[in-house]
Amino acid sequence: MAYPADYKYTKEHEWLKIDGSTGVIGITDYAQNSLGDIVFVELPKVGSEIAAGKTFGSVESVKAVSDLFAPVSGTVTEINEALNTTPEQVNKDANTTWMIKVNLKNPGEASGLLSTADYEKFIAEEGAH
Amino acid sequence: MRQKDFRLSSDTQVAAPVRKTALNATHRQMGAKMVDFNGWDMPVEYPSVGGLMKEHLAVRNGVGIFDVSHMGDIRISGPQALDAVQHITMNDAAGMGIGQCRYSAMLYPQGTFVDDVIVHRMGEEDYMLVINAGTREKDVNWVTDNTRQFDCKVENLSDNFTQIAIQGPKGVDTLQKLTDADLSKVKFYWFTHGTVCGLKNILIARTGYTAEDGFEIYVPTDEATSSRIWNEVLEAGKEYGAIPCGLGARNTLRLEGKLPLYGHEISDSINVWEAGLDRFLKMEKGEFVGRDALEKAKTAGLTRTLVGLESIDRGIPRDGYPVMDLDCKEMGYVTSGSYAPFLKKNIALAYVPVEQSEIGNEVNVQCRTTPVKCKVVPTPFYKRPKKQS
Repeated sequence: MAYPADYKYTKEHEWLKIDGSTGVIGITDYAQNSLGDIVFVELPKVGSEIAAGKTFGSVESVKAVSDLFAPVSGTVTEINEALNTTPEQVNKDANTTWMIKVNLKNPGEASGLLSTADYEKFIAEEGAH
Repeated sequence: MRQKDFRLSSDTQVAAPVRKTALNATHRQMGAKMVDFNGWDMPVEYPSVGGLMKEHLAVRNGVGIFDVSHMGDIRISGPQALDAVQHITMNDAAGMGIGQCRYSAMLYPQGTFVDDVIVHRMGEEDYMLVINAGTREKDVNWVTDNTRQFDCKVENLSDNFTQIAIQGPKGVDTLQKLTDADLSKVKFYWFTHGTVCGLKNILIARTGYTAEDGFEIYVPTDEATSSRIWNEVLEAGKEYGAIPCGLGARNTLRLEGKLPLYGHEISDSINVWEAGLDRFLKMEKGEFVGRDALEKAKTAGLTRTLVGLESIDRGIPRDGYPVMDLDCKEMGYVTSGSYAPFLKKNIALAYVPVEQSEIGNEVNVQCRTTPVKCKVVPTPFYKRPKKQS
C-alpha cells in the first residue's frame, strides 16, 4: 500500500495529516501489518492534551500491545468512536482510518517529522532486520 | 507505536542458537511471520492466509494444520518401563491399552511441575512421553535421572520426527484421504499406525492442543518428505478450508479450551491442586515423585486457585497483569489472557485467592494504566460440541 504523500510520519509508525489548524492522527499500514488482527484501540478523551513524543493511547492485536505516540502536541477535539466496535477497520485501511483529531498547539512541530520518502526508506531498513 | 509481543514463552531461558524444524523453509515460502519461541524459529501466523484470527476460526469450523515438530519425545522401554512411568508421572499409566494416550505430568518432589506430558503406550513394555519444546533438555535429564533404579531404557526421540497437527472437526476427513488406517476406529486420545502419503508405519494419534477433535502425525524429519506431507495434507483439506496455522492461533485455541501452558498455568512454583489438574492426579495408584508433598498440601488447604476471567469493562487482560480486588488491592496475576477469536470476548486465566474464586465474583485486572473489571466465569471457556453419531 502506498503511503500518502501529504502525510508526515513518526519512527513509531504514526501518521499525521494537517488540515488547517487540525492534526489528524492514525497508524501506518506498516504498523497494522506488523501488529496483525487489531482487536482493541484505547484513545484519550476529547478535551485532553497530548504532547509530542508522549503516549496518547494504545492499540492491541490478538498477540501484541502497542503504545501510540503523539506526532505533535495539541488538544483532542475528536476521537474515532467507531474503533470501539470495529477496531479491525485499522487493518483494512490504515491510511484513512484516523484515530484522533487535535487542535495543533504548535504547527511548527510537524516539520520535525519524517516525510513520506524518508518514512518509506526507514521502514525498508527496519523490515530488513 | 512500540510493539510488545506476548510471547508464548516458558520459564526456560534458551540461549542456544535458534533451532529450526524441517518445515522452516516451507513456512517462509508460505509467507509466515516467524518468531523465536523458546529458541525455535517458528511461524506465529500466516498473514498470507489471513492471519491469526482466520487460522483460529479454521480450526473451530473446519481444519487447520500446524507444525509442532518442536515438541519433544522420550521413549521409555524395557521390563520395568511401566514402573518407571508410574514413578515419574502423576496419572495412572497402569491399565492403559496399547495404542492409548493419557494426559499426565511429571512433578518435582514438592508437587510442582517439571512439565505436562502425554503418555503413549506403544507396546507391552514400551511408552512414549510427548513433552514441551521449551523444557526438552530439562525433561530428558529429569527422566534419565529419576528412572535409574528401574530396568528400562530411556531414549530421546525428539529429533526423530516432524510432527504435524491436523486439527478441527474436519481433521478426520482430511487425514482419511491420505491414509489406509480406518480413522473412525481411532478414538480420541488413542493412536494407530498406518500408511500416510505413501509412507509406511506412521504414528497417527488422535490428540492435539486446540480443544478440538484432530490428529497429530509423526513423520520422518528429512526436509523433502516433511514438506511433501505438509503440502499434501493442506491440499487434502482444501475443500474443508484447511489453512496453515501458527503458534499464535495455537495459543488462543488452547486458552479457550483452558489447556495449560508450561511457564504460565503450570510451572515449578505451582502445584497440582492450585492448577486444578487433580482429575489427572491419581493418589491411589501408589508412590510417585511429588505425592507426599501433594498429600501435605491437601491437608494444609489451598490458598490460591486458577480461575477463568472474562472482561466486563473494555480491555484485554494479558499474561502477567496483576489481579486486584474491587478496592484495587493486588491479590493475584494473569497467567494467560487474550482476545478470544471464536468466543469474541476478552478472556484470561488467573491465580487468585480461593475466597475470590467463586463464579460471578468481580475483580479488577490492572491492564497497563487502567483497572479493567472482570468476572470469574466457568471454564473451559470453550467446549467442542458433542459429535452426533
